[in-house]
Amino acid sequence: MIAAFAFYLFAIIVIASGVMTIASRNPVHSVLWLILAFFNAAGLFVTLGAEFIAMLLVIVYVGAVAVLFLFVVMMLDIDFAELRAGFARYWPAAMVLALGLLAELFFTVAAWKSGGLVPVRAAAAPKAMPNIEALGTVLYSRYLFIFEGAGLVLLVAMIGAIVLTHRRRGDVRPQNVSAQNRRRPQDAVVNMNPGVGQGVSL
Amino acid sequence: MIGLGHYLAVGAVLFVLGVLGIFLNRKNIIVILMAIELILLAVNINLVAFSAFLGDLVGQVFAMFVLTVAAGEAAIGLAILVIYFRGRGTIAVDDVHQMKG
Repeated sequence: MIAAFAFYLFAIIVIASGVMTIASRNPVHSVLWLILAFFNAAGLFVTLGAEFIAMLLVIVYVGAVAVLFLFVVMMLDIDFAELRAGFARYWPAAMVLALGLLAELFFTVAAWKSGGLVPVRAAAAPKAMPNIEALGTVLYSRYLFIFEGAGLVLLVAMIGAIVLTHRRRGDVRPQNVSAQNRRRPQDAVVNMNPGVGQGVSL
Repeated sequence: MIGLGHYLAVGAVLFVLGVLGIFLNRKNIIVILMAIELILLAVNINLVAFSAFLGDLVGQVFAMFVLTVAAGEAAIGLAILVIYFRGRGTIAVDDVHQMKG
C-alpha cells in the first residue's frame, strides 16, 4: 500500500516536472524543474531497491550537472523570448511524432509482457547483500575494465571542456612558471656598496 | 501491486517528453540539452526497473555508465555552447550552418 503510494507520488511528480522542464518559458525554471525530476527519479530508484543509483543521481545530476546548467544559463546573457518564437508552429508535428513514439513504446512493453523473451542472468543479485555492496562486488571484479573506461570518459570530457572554453586573453599577465623556475639569485639580486651621497643607478 | 510495467510506463512517458522537448524548443539549445538529460533519465529508469525485477545487477552497472556518459555529454555540450555564444552573441541554433572553422 505504502509502496504503491510512494510509486504513484514519485511517478506523477517526475512526469509533471518533465512536462514543466520542456514547457516553461524561463530556462532557469526549466533547470529547477529538471532538478525536481531528478530528485523524484531518485525516489523511484529507492522504491526499486537501487539505493546506489539513487544517491548517484542526487549527487551527480543534482549536485554537478544541474548546477552546471544553472551556471551556464545565468552566465550567458540570452534573449529567451526570441528563442521561443517557433514554439506554436512546431506544436502539431511534435505532438504527432511524440504520440507515435509513445504508442510504439507501449507496443514494445505489451510485446514484452506477452512473453517469449527469456532473460539471461549475467550477474544475479545476491540476496543477502545490501545493494551497494553487491554493486561494488560486481563493479570491481567483473566489470573492472568497463569501470575504468567510464573513468576515462570522464577524464576526456574534463580535458575537452577545459580545452574548448580556455582562451588566451591579451589584457592579463598570467604567471609564467618556466620563467619563474629558470630565475636564479644572480639574475635577481645585486650587492652594491654606494658611497655616501651617491645614489644607486638601476 | 506495482509491477515492472508501471516503471516501464513512467520511463516511456519521460522518454517521449524528452523527444517532444527537442522538437518544441529546437532553437534553444539549453533546453535541448535538458531534454537529452530527460531522455537519459528515462533510459536509466528502464534499466534499473529491469535490473530490480529480473534480479540482475548488470542493469544497475549499465545505468551507472549511462550516468557517466550523460555527465560528460552535458559538460562538453555546455562548453561548446559557451564558445558558440562567445563567438556569436546568441545561442539560436537555426543558423549553425554558418559555423566555420
